[in-house]
Amino acid sequence: MSANAQQPDVRGHRLDEEEIARNFGDLHPPLSRSEALIAADRCYFCYDAPCTTACPTGIDIPGFIQKIRSDNLRGSAQTILSENIMGGMCARVCPTEVLCEEACVRNTHEEKPVEIGLLQRYATDPVFADGTGLFTRAPSSGKKVAVVGGGPAGLSCAHRLAVLGHDVVVFNRDAKPGGLNEYGIAAYKTIDDFARKEVEYIVSIGGIELRNNQALGKEISLQQLRDEYDAVFVGIGLGSTNALGLYDETLPGVDSAIDYIAELRQAANLADLQVGRRVVVIGGGMTAIDIAVQSKRLGAEVVDIVYRRGPEQMGASQYEQDLAQTNGVTIHHWAMPVELLGDRHVTTVRFRRTELDETGKLKTCDDEFELDADTVFKAIGQALDAALLDGEGLDIEAGRIVVSDACKTSLDDVWAGGDCVLGGDDLTVTAVQHGKLAAIDIDRYLGEG
Amino acid sequence: MADLKTEFLGISSPNPFWLASAPPTDKAYNVNRAFEAGWGGAVWKTLGEDPHIVNVSGPRYGALHSNERRVIGFNNIELITDRPLKTNLDEMRQIKKDWPDRALVASVMLPMNEAAWAKYLPMIEDTGIDGFELNFGCPHGMSERGMGAAVGQVPEYIQMATEWAKQAASVPVIVKLTPNVTSILPPAKAALDGGADAVSLINTINSIMRVDYDSLTMYPTTDGMGTHGGYCGEAVKPIALNMVAEIARHEETATLPISGIGGITDWRDAVDFLALGASNVQVCTAAMVYGFKIIDDLVDGLDSFLDDKKLSLAELVGKAVPSVTDWQYLNLNYVEKAIIDQDLCIKCGRCHIVCEDTSHQAITHTVNGERRFEVIDEECVGCNLCVSVCPVEGCITMQQLTKGTDPRTGQPVSQEKANWTTHPNNPMRKTD
Repeated sequence: MSANAQQPDVRGHRLDEEEIARNFGDLHPPLSRSEALIAADRCYFCYDAPCTTACPTGIDIPGFIQKIRSDNLRGSAQTILSENIMGGMCARVCPTEVLCEEACVRNTHEEKPVEIGLLQRYATDPVFADGTGLFTRAPSSGKKVAVVGGGPAGLSCAHRLAVLGHDVVVFNRDAKPGGLNEYGIAAYKTIDDFARKEVEYIVSIGGIELRNNQALGKEISLQQLRDEYDAVFVGIGLGSTNALGLYDETLPGVDSAIDYIAELRQAANLADLQVGRRVVVIGGGMTAIDIAVQSKRLGAEVVDIVYRRGPEQMGASQYEQDLAQTNGVTIHHWAMPVELLGDRHVTTVRFRRTELDETGKLKTCDDEFELDADTVFKAIGQALDAALLDGEGLDIEAGRIVVSDACKTSLDDVWAGGDCVLGGDDLTVTAVQHGKLAAIDIDRYLGEG
Repeated sequence: MADLKTEFLGISSPNPFWLASAPPTDKAYNVNRAFEAGWGGAVWKTLGEDPHIVNVSGPRYGALHSNERRVIGFNNIELITDRPLKTNLDEMRQIKKDWPDRALVASVMLPMNEAAWAKYLPMIEDTGIDGFELNFGCPHGMSERGMGAAVGQVPEYIQMATEWAKQAASVPVIVKLTPNVTSILPPAKAALDGGADAVSLINTINSIMRVDYDSLTMYPTTDGMGTHGGYCGEAVKPIALNMVAEIARHEETATLPISGIGGITDWRDAVDFLALGASNVQVCTAAMVYGFKIIDDLVDGLDSFLDDKKLSLAELVGKAVPSVTDWQYLNLNYVEKAIIDQDLCIKCGRCHIVCEDTSHQAITHTVNGERRFEVIDEECVGCNLCVSVCPVEGCITMQQLTKGTDPRTGQPVSQEKANWTTHPNNPMRKTD
């Protein structure tokens, strides 16, 4: 039977709704009080703690854990959120295994770090559940700042600016705020609409006006904002999904992983989502893992990830790779796609094996193999839609906005942060830090003005 | 296999572990279970006059917990037995009959009049018990009625009541001491002078556990009011060890056999008491926290320890007593420095920060730009704080400076011993 003659098997309701609900429950259930106390007791309260150094937002981790030990959860949450206003989401989505928990000194003799991520969630959950107000605003400065982008970088910046007494308008491209927290993160990492609750908490401080469906280059322009506001922060993330560079990527069944995850996150009923029986994911980062595991949990029968380099080079951490594999996903290393086969719909992907040449550069070999696919997901990264910023006078390098350590751009009154800047690392926690640093620098700038 | 069989005042038991007089020895049911589990002896819950006392019908206990809810300290306001004397005596008689190889001692608490002692002791001894323990220790409730610690805090009363007991009893008499005193020596001496065959210590320490953070009353309470209790458990062991050692090392009390009590939870705790002068030990809190099964570890652990050390139980008793002295006799020429094993160090920095904040600024945090914790000998006074706080056992050790110069003082290390009694800064120093 020729490949073209196969009918694609893409449909919803592969699993019953109860099973899907189970599959999309909390990946890491929250700690009970007794579990949290035991976990907290393992913290050595290190001096100049390596975990804190490893945290992109510099949370005083031993400090917040000590407060858990004394049942001072409000103080603990304050310690966390004053450095990282998205400490609730970061507790769920941070790759702690390569950040704070990797740095934990418990690893030296026990190879079992303190469960910092889960403890951070334990400390912050009550704040979001009750809307406990932990922050007060400084007296009004009379200054107005525009924040472009309603994702982690923009909201972090807006919150800190509001705390410092400035008024902020957030121009958000999407129908809902939250950026990738709302549209991008794997569903089982942030259940119960947590992204929305977190945004509500952030905005509840006051002084932040949220305007949705306001896209740069369409409804607004950078120049216009610079004219109307005292300062501007740009946190627009990345736009289009990188292409494979193959013929024919418009073939039905070849989709962007980012787009599908966004659809999944907004789905009223997960069981209605169309899922291929055989899914091939191309890429090696978090998004590749997220789409592969979620496809599997929606009922895909065979899910393969194909990555052109080895496990050490994958953007996804070892923990994430293990998660994929324990969910029944097969990861193929050292291969890249060379042809998408199919007539009216993709049926097969042909891959060529890869290796490193003597100079360490990736090259393809002659050896080929094919994987049948009803759906192919592209998850090889995203690019900044540089056209949006054309003629605005921002320095762009390697497709990203160039910023200083304080997240200031080449323009005197414009700051930027998150995935769209050079040196960003596609992590929520880094975006939050950029937003915070920019707000601090904007505050300094406004004070001088 | 070491022989753990113990003769204490001629009372034999298969091992040196007795259950202390307390709730675990309140009735035959419990004592049977204890002996089945392997306990060497039991001091029966304290007997008093008829009619028997009554207890509160609310909380009797409170605990100091670690975060993982391990009980570190324990508090009680229970009084002596609240059952009729005859019930107790009948059960004791049966227990002694059923378990002839185990030690059975009767704890008694009676008012300060001779007639009571003359009346009750023979009646109790008639059950076949191996000895008496006079409860001069309980600090709560009974002390308000002039008994327990109220006796134990007045050496004259101790001596008087001990004499009455010795008059009335033909079996050995152990005097149980209260730690709620300034010095344990006068009470111990009074017991000896009264003719006591031994002392047992410590009883519990006056204590209030905490406040209830909602009601802002003390905790626990009986109908909103509370009273101090007696503190025991692991947390009190160091206090008990000091008092045992004090009695064991002072000439005027050194001949008194000691039954050691206070926070014994595993076999190492027992070794502490035995080496510091106790001839056997009594346990209560650990059994109340974990049940009688802990006797397995107590027996096995002590047994293996004695085998490893090639010591008999009798040889262990008092082994560490000669190492206990007064501060004034410590060798001031002796110098130690801390050493951090870099292979074991996990770089938590605890040693640095405590030394930096609260001690002598003698531990680095950075060496050549790297996170590294090293002792600065020029500053280290050898205080042992870093050893105490280091989470990795054996990572930081103290090492004696045997020759050369102490980099801190610039003084050569002297091989001669010199203590405060002859130190030039001591205005009271001895001069030849």
